[in-house]
Amino acid sequence: MLTTIAAVTLGTLFLGGCKPKTPGSVETGDAASKVYVAPGKYDEFYNILSGGFNGQMSVVGLPSGRVFKIIPVFSVHPENGYGYSEESKPMLNTSNGFVPWDDLHHIALSTTKGEHDGRWAFGNANNTPRVARIDLTTFETAEILEIPNSGGNHSSPFITENTEYLVASSRFSVPIGDDKQRDVPIDTYKENFKGTISFVRIAPEDGALSIAFQLVTPGVNFDLARAGKGKSHGWFFFSTYNTELAHTLLEVNASQKDKDFILAVNWKKAEEYIKAGKGIKVKARYAHNKLEHGTQIAKSTIREEVIQLNIKDFPDIAYFIPCPKSPHGTDVDPTGEYIIGSGKLAAQIPVFSFTKLMKAIENKDFEGKFDGMPVIKYESALHGIVEKPGLGPLHTEFDGKGNAYTSMFVSSEVVKWNIERLEVIDRVPTYYSVGHLMIPGGPTAKPHGKYLVAYNKITKDRYLPTGPELCHSAQLYDISGEKMKLLLDFPTIGEPHYGEALPAALIMKKQVKFYRLEDNTHPYAVKSEEETKIERKGKEVHVYMTSIRSHFGPDNIEGIKIGDEVYFHVTNLEQDWDVPHGFAVKGAKTAELLIMPGVTQTLKWVPERVGVFPFYCTDFCSALHQEMQGYIRVSPAGSNVSLKYSLGN
Amino acid sequence: MKKSFLLIAPLFALLVACGGSGSSDSQQEAASQEVPATAEYDPNRGIGPYDDYVFPETPDPELIANGDKIAGSKCRSCHKMTDERLVGPGWKGVTDRHTGAWLMNFITNPDPMIDKDPVLQSQLEICLVRMPNQNVSEDEAKAIVAFMRSNDLTK
Repeated sequence: MLTTIAAVTLGTLFLGGCKPKTPGSVETGDAASKVYVAPGKYDEFYNILSGGFNGQMSVVGLPSGRVFKIIPVFSVHPENGYGYSEESKPMLNTSNGFVPWDDLHHIALSTTKGEHDGRWAFGNANNTPRVARIDLTTFETAEILEIPNSGGNHSSPFITENTEYLVASSRFSVPIGDDKQRDVPIDTYKENFKGTISFVRIAPEDGALSIAFQLVTPGVNFDLARAGKGKSHGWFFFSTYNTELAHTLLEVNASQKDKDFILAVNWKKAEEYIKAGKGIKVKARYAHNKLEHGTQIAKSTIREEVIQLNIKDFPDIAYFIPCPKSPHGTDVDPTGEYIIGSGKLAAQIPVFSFTKLMKAIENKDFEGKFDGMPVIKYESALHGIVEKPGLGPLHTEFDGKGNAYTSMFVSSEVVKWNIERLEVIDRVPTYYSVGHLMIPGGPTAKPHGKYLVAYNKITKDRYLPTGPELCHSAQLYDISGEKMKLLLDFPTIGEPHYGEALPAALIMKKQVKFYRLEDNTHPYAVKSEEETKIERKGKEVHVYMTSIRSHFGPDNIEGIKIGDEVYFHVTNLEQDWDVPHGFAVKGAKTAELLIMPGVTQTLKWVPERVGVFPFYCTDFCSALHQEMQGYIRVSPAGSNVSLKYSLGN
Repeated sequence: MKKSFLLIAPLFALLVACGGSGSSDSQQEAASQEVPATAEYDPNRGIGPYDDYVFPETPDPELIANGDKIAGSKCRSCHKMTDERLVGPGWKGVTDRHTGAWLMNFITNPDPMIDKDPVLQSQLEICLVRMPNQNVSEDEAKAIVAFMRSNDLTK
């Protein structure tokens, strides 16, 4: 009873347009039991969540909110040697060379016929435009593809219904072309800066990424995107802002117009033009990095060409739909009929109808032109408007029962509304300033429903304070009934932008437990202690080493001299689940290695001081883990200590 | 037989005791009485699919060589061919101490056997490292056992 009153009071505060003044309370007495996953029991969903400015993804269980793993994607990870080992360094190679960090915003989980299939997770790098593919049988980054002719790859990596393509579109338009075309005054933005939308082909058999084609567009800022599905399969919808084409003080200058656009792209049509040879091959420079199966070595290849179509030259592939005002999310409902634009600076949510859009295109129901391209008449594509839903609508997800859930950044709430009737059904506060929100399967043709998670930007007064920097948070709501109920509030790693969740049953049985030694084709692998050895090639010293509970072979090494570059190639001989070995050497300026069973990893070590340096296993492996250590002796340059190595007496 | 019963009975009592607040004496007793029938452990056979595996009568050099190779990769980091203990016990005499079925089961299914087998339990007290499951296939296990046997037959 009391809780009902509390909820009503909060609701009233909200309608009054105020932010809740107190930390608030969990609104239902049985909330704890609904999120309690007993020891030894499993969560119902995997939530793959972006880490934002940490460049990683988190793997979180729902409903418990427990974090199982951090997957390094675009940022180095000294914890396991990602970006430090010789094998993984090429994964972070770009046309600018090695880039150790990025900003990962959005997750897309692969789908077949619009439904989760549990094969891959994709993520975007905003800063140095790239997309990544994570293998959901290993939870490791398998591939990274750089996107040329782009800046601020924010509108990415949204995927088509059968994972045919993912898109990568420019939030920051840039001048493109050769050196001369790119070296232009910034105030020539309107004539020289171009937006691009890259369609990245995903090979159905192994997920391999390649840029199929790039659409060249006016220099608007692409914000977010969603593919059509079902009846709208074959189309893609991109929200845009800065249709003013401002290049300075965008806060003011890009917020002038009452309406910006959602760009509707007929990608099937674009595909046909490409097949018909209408694309123009242009020079580009971008890195394509892929993990090889047998060696577990990332290989980086620089590619030098992309095929482009300028949408100006193909008027039937792109249509601008007016949308108030600086739309952020553009989300397609499970049926594929409704496209929800969230005008983040407007206090309303316009809902477009795909059927009406097609009719408007057919009837050439245009209200003008933008940069020479047709602008659909606003009313002709509009299904209707949700009036006064809250302030600052950002993103919308779906429960598959005809309802939409929109996050409201400014008024800190989630609003549930009926798509057909455009009526608000319920609203709940978030603590505070919600960005993305997520329903398991929410962007697919078949949402799993049950829960909604709000990802919050501000957590002032929610947790024990930790100095100036506070955590971001996620809040889990039960959406199984008419009213949303707050169940759980948990801190996240990094800044959670978007995440997706899928039923655990889809992937937990497919997990790789270890890599088979027989399949290890790493050139420096050793499959038994008897094969361990050390080779000197001038200044390069290659140590072919093994690890098994609980010793390294060899564990005594002498004859290293100042000026040498030592490569420790460590093969973990274990063939069992959950037995990685770590490898760390005193004074290493890189990181440790964390070597999965059956894998070979290489740490480069350049000693600069004379002495005997210990190395040891960092990951507790057995009762004798503390004994898993060794020594390497470094002598002065020119010393006559001969190279030798041993294990045991 | 009797020994394993004694070992397991307290374990079950513990499980029942931890199971909840309502466990009565009679429930505990019922649980202990059922143990011997379900948890019977045959120390000559071990736990696994192999019932009566016998060492090959005539040595197969190819099989033995293959076993040598697999042992190099999956076993010899911890086991010497002599009777000297490294991480685990030396292999000399292992095929005289154990039956073929026991060795086949243990190599392919170590964890449940370490939990139950009295010999393995006492070895664990000395070695302190549980023999890892190296995911040895049936064919690999046969090769390893043939190699162990040839090592024992070599004087």
